[in-house]
Amino acid sequence: MTAAIEINAVQKRFGNVGIIHDLNLRVAQGERHAIIGPNGAGKSTTFNLISGHIKPTSGEIRLNGDVISGLRPFEINRRGLSRSFQVTNVFARMTVWENVRCAVLWATGHRYAFWKNVDNLPEVKRRTAQILDDIHLSHRRDVPAGLLTYAEQRELEIGITIAGGASVVMLDEPTAGMSHAETERAVTLIRRLTEGRTLVIVEHDMSVVFGLADRISVLVYGNIIASGTPQEIRANPKVREAYLGEEAH
Amino acid sequence: MINAATTTPDMLKARSGGAARFYAIWLIAAIGLVVLPLVFSSGGSLTSFSLIGIAIIFALSYNILLGQTGLLSFGHAVHYGLGGFLAVHMMNAVASHDWPIPLPFIPLFGGIGGLAFAILVGWVMTKRAGTVFAMISLGIGELVASSSLILRSVFGGESGITTDRTALPHMFGWSFGPQIQVTYLIAFWVMISAIAMYALTRTPLGRICNAVRDNPERVEFIGYDPHVVRYLAYGFAGFFAGIAGGLTAINFEIANSAYLGATQSGLVLFAAFIGGTAYFFGPILGAILVTYLQLGLTNITTVWQLYFGLIFIGIVMFAPGGIAGLLMMHRPLVRAGTLRMVIASYLAAAIPTLALALGVILTIETVAHTSAGDSNTIDLFGISFDPLAPVTWAAAAVLLLGGYVVARMTWRRTAEAWDRAATVARDRGYLA
Repeated sequence: MTAAIEINAVQKRFGNVGIIHDLNLRVAQGERHAIIGPNGAGKSTTFNLISGHIKPTSGEIRLNGDVISGLRPFEINRRGLSRSFQVTNVFARMTVWENVRCAVLWATGHRYAFWKNVDNLPEVKRRTAQILDDIHLSHRRDVPAGLLTYAEQRELEIGITIAGGASVVMLDEPTAGMSHAETERAVTLIRRLTEGRTLVIVEHDMSVVFGLADRISVLVYGNIIASGTPQEIRANPKVREAYLGEEAH
Repeated sequence: MINAATTTPDMLKARSGGAARFYAIWLIAAIGLVVLPLVFSSGGSLTSFSLIGIAIIFALSYNILLGQTGLLSFGHAVHYGLGGFLAVHMMNAVASHDWPIPLPFIPLFGGIGGLAFAILVGWVMTKRAGTVFAMISLGIGELVASSSLILRSVFGGESGITTDRTALPHMFGWSFGPQIQVTYLIAFWVMISAIAMYALTRTPLGRICNAVRDNPERVEFIGYDPHVVRYLAYGFAGFFAGIAGGLTAINFEIANSAYLGATQSGLVLFAAFIGGTAYFFGPILGAILVTYLQLGLTNITTVWQLYFGLIFIGIVMFAPGGIAGLLMMHRPLVRAGTLRMVIASYLAAAIPTLALALGVILTIETVAHTSAGDSNTIDLFGISFDPLAPVTWAAAAVLLLGGYVVARMTWRRTAEAWDRAATVARDRGYLA
């Protein structure tokens, strides 16, 4: 079976500074894959490379078997990959409803249509309402996204990410800055909403990582030093030395 | 269907009530467009209505860029002017070849002219938003304005190109010679264009334009190319600006290089911004006010641009949401029934603020009269002032300083009253 994401020998240099040296990663279809690593290891850069936010200096990235490295973010998104952002990245002046609806429009085939009434598209309405229900924001549908609480904005961020129905969902530190209770809620949400999809997640909270992931890859200084099941990663001496250390409970 | 479970009968009633009110507003606007030229039928009024109507279409087209897509253009008059020129050439061609195209269809050709130029330059212009777009729009504006003086055969040089609107085939027996017929023609196009531009905001493209305005980076990750979105918005803005230009050509029976210069581009920015770009109706208010001021102020003062500048700075500093923003601020208070808590403080603030404004006006006029060597009296709301008399200078200083000191105190009171009213409105759930 073709991998959902396959990264082969990807390098990324900014001028003389190499951020990603020789990245190789394989995420199987339907897998929940976590990428962990210390600060500055290149996790966010990896996300940006896969989603097309930045282009690799060399190497190749495949999505469901097709080469996507070098494509623009919207082209990659249209092929079924969607990502969230570590810093909340919503449409601040638009309402919660409109935020999610915008994310539904391309996937439902309405593209740049200027001859259709956006309020009169049953499929769009149904899916938007469904997503709002899923992320528990139905009661806040008419509030401008910029006025939501932090936790609500994080949920909206996830809602926008999954709204297009992408087969591969990438979440960049979805629980960053959340309280313990909010984190638990978010993990339940993520588990439910990514059911049947491939999930790639960057996360610092180890309880989230080990509770959610089928496989974990450890990124240190632009290299994957280990990739395996949570048990394997926990037992890996290289990982313990390089990263987990006293954080592994 | 999905909403059935969460929608209470009250909410349904509110929504259908909203729809009824929505159509009522458009109906009232249409009736107003029909009735006003009949009530105020003097030549001056009809001219004003015509200019205001054109300004409304132009300002709404500008807001497709600024308010809806977040593109600050300094050269929007290019599309307006080129639309005007194409309309004039079309009118002359129709007249000389006896083509069966009546005058009411001519603005459409203006629109095509504006659109064609937008298609031509838009792709490069809209590659980036922000400062890059603003600078390129400024450059294109200057380029076209200066070319129009060089390419005499197309633009007619300094004098422009004239036409005769009555030489076209008549429609419904209307020759469009009398101004009232032209006013109604403009009113018709105002209605059509406003409906079309409003409808545009309610389409998938219109909503994605808003998304591009708010966060172009994120738009790329929900499947859209912000460049294409901006390009399409630019095309629509150019089209409707061209319609406004075509109507101007019909109204004045001339197109000249002044139509596409920086002054026009600046005026439309003024109108949209002063009216308020966050609401669809904002630029309409702005267009009415700016046109009215332009017509009125030029008659009573030589330094009318100065007042324009002051109003603009005042709006930018104290009410960045424009007139529409100021009005809509009060909607939650009206709903919560706390509006009366602020009205009294408004009235109290109005008096010293008015005094301050009079002080400013008197100062400006005195200085303008004196420096121009003009010793004619200044007529200010029925009171005559001698610009060279010390008592005038003293009155100006007292109004200016006294008005400012007292007004500041009342402004603070107003802000406090506003906070109280807003807190109650928030407690009652009408304000997020």
